[in-house]
Amino acid sequence: MAGHRNKGNPGLMGWIDDRFPATALWDDHLAKYYAPKNFNFWYFFGSLALLVLVNQIVTGIWLTMSYNPSDEGAFASLEYIMRDVEYGWLLRYMHSTGASAFFVVIYLHMFRGLMYGSYRKPRELVWIFGMTIYLALMAEAFMGYLLPWGQMSYWGAQVIVSLFGAIPVIGPDLQQWIRGDYLISGITLNRFFALHVVALPIVILALVVLHIIALHEVGSNNPDGIEISENLDENGIPKDGIPFHPYYSVKDLVGVGVFLFIFSIVVFFFPEGGGYFIERPNFEPANALKTPDHIAPVWYFTAFYAMLRAVTFNLFGLDAKFWGVVVMGAAIAILFVLPWLDRSPVKSMRYKGWISKIYLVVFAISFVILSVLGALPATDARTTVAQICTVLYFGYFLLMPFYTRLESTKPVPQRVTG
Amino acid sequence: MKKFLFALLMVCLPAVVQAAASAYPTDSMKPDLRDQASLQRGMALYVNRCMGCHSMEFQRFERTADDIGLPHDLVEEYLIRGDLKIHDQMTIAMSKTDAAGWFGAPPPDLTLEARLRGTDWLYTYLRTFYRDDSRPWGVNNALFKDVGMPNVLEDLQGVVINNCTSEELEARGGFSGTLDPLTGTRSGQCLTVQAGTGSMSPAEFDQAIYDLVNFMAYVGEPSRLQSERIGTYVLIFLAIFTFFAYLLKREYWRDIH
Repeated sequence: MAGHRNKGNPGLMGWIDDRFPATALWDDHLAKYYAPKNFNFWYFFGSLALLVLVNQIVTGIWLTMSYNPSDEGAFASLEYIMRDVEYGWLLRYMHSTGASAFFVVIYLHMFRGLMYGSYRKPRELVWIFGMTIYLALMAEAFMGYLLPWGQMSYWGAQVIVSLFGAIPVIGPDLQQWIRGDYLISGITLNRFFALHVVALPIVILALVVLHIIALHEVGSNNPDGIEISENLDENGIPKDGIPFHPYYSVKDLVGVGVFLFIFSIVVFFFPEGGGYFIERPNFEPANALKTPDHIAPVWYFTAFYAMLRAVTFNLFGLDAKFWGVVVMGAAIAILFVLPWLDRSPVKSMRYKGWISKIYLVVFAISFVILSVLGALPATDARTTVAQICTVLYFGYFLLMPFYTRLESTKPVPQRVTG
Repeated sequence: MKKFLFALLMVCLPAVVQAAASAYPTDSMKPDLRDQASLQRGMALYVNRCMGCHSMEFQRFERTADDIGLPHDLVEEYLIRGDLKIHDQMTIAMSKTDAAGWFGAPPPDLTLEARLRGTDWLYTYLRTFYRDDSRPWGVNNALFKDVGMPNVLEDLQGVVINNCTSEELEARGGFSGTLDPLTGTRSGQCLTVQAGTGSMSPAEFDQAIYDLVNFMAYVGEPSRLQSERIGTYVLIFLAIFTFFAYLLKREYWRDIH
């Protein structure tokens, strides 16, 4: 279809359009992509995620120019970037802060999806591509965190890679295969570097394209969770839709300004993020013979780490650690099947019943509590709280087919509101 | 092979294990990177008293001199030893192997120590060495128990005597004592300086350590001041940009109802 449009026009654009669907692409994805007119605050985070991705790629390329991925040189090359490379500190802080910002933005973006039912038919693939981006992003962040080759890089990687060792039978060999050595070493650093700067960015970029193509095929959801394509005017344009460009491009520009303001406060004034974005032990070079007092993953993984530690009992003759890994994996895997767990006749939280509303809040609080607990050393009381929150986390998904069907919902309007 | 590595790890571990951080009350200090006189005094003290053993191998003399306002010729004349040049990094001549033999573990590089430990920690640590004949160097530290470092500043501070048991010392802190939650006062100061044994008064010594830690804070992140200067302009720009972006948005959205 795109191939038959905009042919035979005069001028340079005409010449290009005869050979490449430039105008057609522009129209399909921006100028004539009709988005619901009632997007609210929660709809800024998709475009912001794209902005942070660009930031990570651009600063990452420049960091690569001065970084040395070897166990002898990695730590020193980072300090070389921080001190001797012109504005190297800025590139490094933009990249390290960008990693945390990426997860902030993505978590808010995902929460929006949960709130307004953006995963529901016909957007299942949009959701699944998005979840795959999240998964790839976790791998990307984990491997990137090893590169500064500080103590927390080293021991954090040691802990996470050792999780694979908990898998019965193949575990220990698998672990060694991932590391490429008997312990985390320069070999591991080199392969993580290759995956971090080449393989995973390609995967993430490809998935982002798929995510956007799938979204633009079915159209954007909105806070009311109704389909604007069901109310078209005489020209076949949604009555409640407005062209993404210029309306949402200028609106997102405001979001970009506010986001960059907050981002810059961290980058220029508090790059360590209170010890959460750059952890203190990471200012000491990796040392295989000296374990830090307390090893905690970076804040964006701590919720899952808390779930891992919450499993403290052996089951069916298998070690608690293995079940912890299973729980952690399941916590992420269950998000993939979310579109089929929600049986509510309505999409948006605005029209769902009170059980859904309360449980979404409980779910969000549980996730935050788990995130806090995962960053702290484990005690008996904390483990009990983590166990309760883990059960609540899974309950949100596993009970969803029941409570979404049983509860009474409010009537959904024909046209978007507010 | 794995068993061997594990055994090796177990054998080597005690040699490099350092005391775990305790809940010891630290004294607070706030670095002032704009106080160039303080930074200059700190650098002089560092080079003369610390750099025999502790390198700052990621930091260059030239950058340091420029940032804290010291002329190159003065630095070359008084602060650079041996074959090092002004553009070199602040390395030391002592080999790590020798140092490990002499001290149990090689003295760590201190480029990033202020970011690793925090300035409060350093400020407290350097002031709370005390005489302890059971230790190889005749001194121990209230904050870092059984540390392998000699008290290289004793002639400045004077001889420090501990009047408490090690448990009391750990709970009260060196010069601060226990905090009474009702009155907010500390009592039972454990460490006392023997009067007349040091070349500096307690206030002068605290100032000297402040300067030293201030300098280490600067070296930990030499770009801090530049970052805050640029950051201020960036924030002003972004505030203006966002304001106009909002006006643009409002103008476009005027006809959307």
